[in-house]
Amino acid sequence: MKEFVLIFRTENNPDFKPTPAQMQDMMTSWSNWMGGIAARDRLVSGGSRLGIKESRTVGPDNMVSDGPYTEIKEFINGYIIVRSNTVDEAVEMAKGCPILHGRGKVEVRPVVTADNFE
Amino acid sequence: MNQAGAPVRRPLLFAMHNQQLIPDLYRKEYSKMVAVLCSRFGLGFMETAEDIVGDTFLSAAETWGQKGLPAQPVAWLYTVAKNKALNDLKHRQLFNTRIKGDLIHAGAQSMETDIDLSPQNITDSQLQMIFAVCHPSIPPEGQVCLALRILCGFSVDEIARALLTTRGNINKRLFRAKERYRSGNVTIRFPDEADLASRLDTVLVTLYLLFNEGYYSAGSDEILRKDLCLEAMRLVYMLTEHGPTSLPRVYALLALMCFQASRFEARVGPGGDLVLYENQDSSLWDRELINRGNGFFVRASAAGDRSRYHLEAAIAWWHTQQGDTLEKWENILRLYNQLLVIEYSPMAALNRAYAYARVYGNEKAIAEAEGLQLSGNLFYHSLLGELYTGIDGGAAIRHLEKALTLAGAPPERCVLTAKLAALKQSSGQ
Repeated sequence: MKEFVLIFRTENNPDFKPTPAQMQDMMTSWSNWMGGIAARDRLVSGGSRLGIKESRTVGPDNMVSDGPYTEIKEFINGYIIVRSNTVDEAVEMAKGCPILHGRGKVEVRPVVTADNFE
Repeated sequence: MNQAGAPVRRPLLFAMHNQQLIPDLYRKEYSKMVAVLCSRFGLGFMETAEDIVGDTFLSAAETWGQKGLPAQPVAWLYTVAKNKALNDLKHRQLFNTRIKGDLIHAGAQSMETDIDLSPQNITDSQLQMIFAVCHPSIPPEGQVCLALRILCGFSVDEIARALLTTRGNINKRLFRAKERYRSGNVTIRFPDEADLASRLDTVLVTLYLLFNEGYYSAGSDEILRKDLCLEAMRLVYMLTEHGPTSLPRVYALLALMCFQASRFEARVGPGGDLVLYENQDSSLWDRELINRGNGFFVRASAAGDRSRYHLEAAIAWWHTQQGDTLEKWENILRLYNQLLVIEYSPMAALNRAYAYARVYGNEKAIAEAEGLQLSGNLFYHSLLGELYTGIDGGAAIRHLEKALTLAGAPPERCVLTAKLAALKQSSGQ
């Protein structure tokens, strides 16, 4: 089996102010989605959430800028790593991701290894 | 006291007492005595130590039967075992000197080796022995057998009955496990601080396995199974009483065991049949054990350490709550989600699917359960049989029949047969 990283991309949406009940639902959906992948023994890593505050981008010549600029375009807000036979299987897993219920997307990328370097 | 002048009632009392006395003492003291001897002379001495302790109990049976009980039977046992051990050592030393023709006396001092029988040393030796038995170089099934023999004082017969296998098998496992000791790869001592965390993990896994052998091995001797659970709890409790191993995760495991064990009586019907959780009479749940578990769980929740045992204890705590609320099952599902993210196991995956059904209904849970792809697993098929009931009778029957071919223990077969009969009746087959 190969490993794929599921990268969550989202846009900043200042209008999105969920109620506590909605937040509870979000938490439950994430828990069930991750739990479902783990229950099939397909979760390699629960990954991480990436914050926005205190983020910087370092460019050539050590140019440091604020950002990523969440106001302008979508940004990465987290990832998990899964195990699957094919990219299609990994895509099926990604289809249940709660980030899709908002305006987010999931990018599915294979992990490059010594025997899988395409 | 003058024995001849003893009141008439005494022989009767004595006989009643004595019937359980030796087995009780054996269970309680055997492991401690072996631990003290091994701690003093090394793990290579284990088989000799076991012989010496076995011999000591034989002497006790003979001597006490003839002359009556000593004032302090436990002290008597320790003193006799100690003398036997020192004698054995003296013979070996003599033998070694003669064989080697070694004329230089190592000095009288080596003959005067003493064995420390203080309560502190007995406890320390037992703790060292727990780590020697639950050693990563010994395969888990060997660890479980050794734990039962060396840490809990079970006889080979009892172990075979508890683990539903033969004496020969148990002896083989014990022999293989002890090879590590004979070859000197494992030493008896408390692990260094740097190794403690990982060594403790091995210990906890094995003690949990021991508990589960007792809790889930349906079909074997009921009293023996309970003993197994209690012994596992005793050993974990011992770890909580000792500074360096008195950690939140150890308390969490102990809490988990208390919560599980609280249903011991309720799980078995009058005819020895298995009573499923949803059909249990909750008035039979052991409140005192639940309360003790709560106390341990509070201590487990101290800052820092979070482990799978915390999650499992929390799941077990929700199961001690009566009634069938949505809140209960939502929490259990969430905890199983977290547990699986930390560590996959087929059993946790199946339990999660069951909790999923309780929250979202059978129809949605079927997809979750089938996604697990655990075909050939008894619990997978019985779960799907359960979930399909009322949705697709044919599929339910197929899964339950498959489960029946996989079930070995009579109580499990009973539950499945009853469900199948009910299904076939309702579908008019």
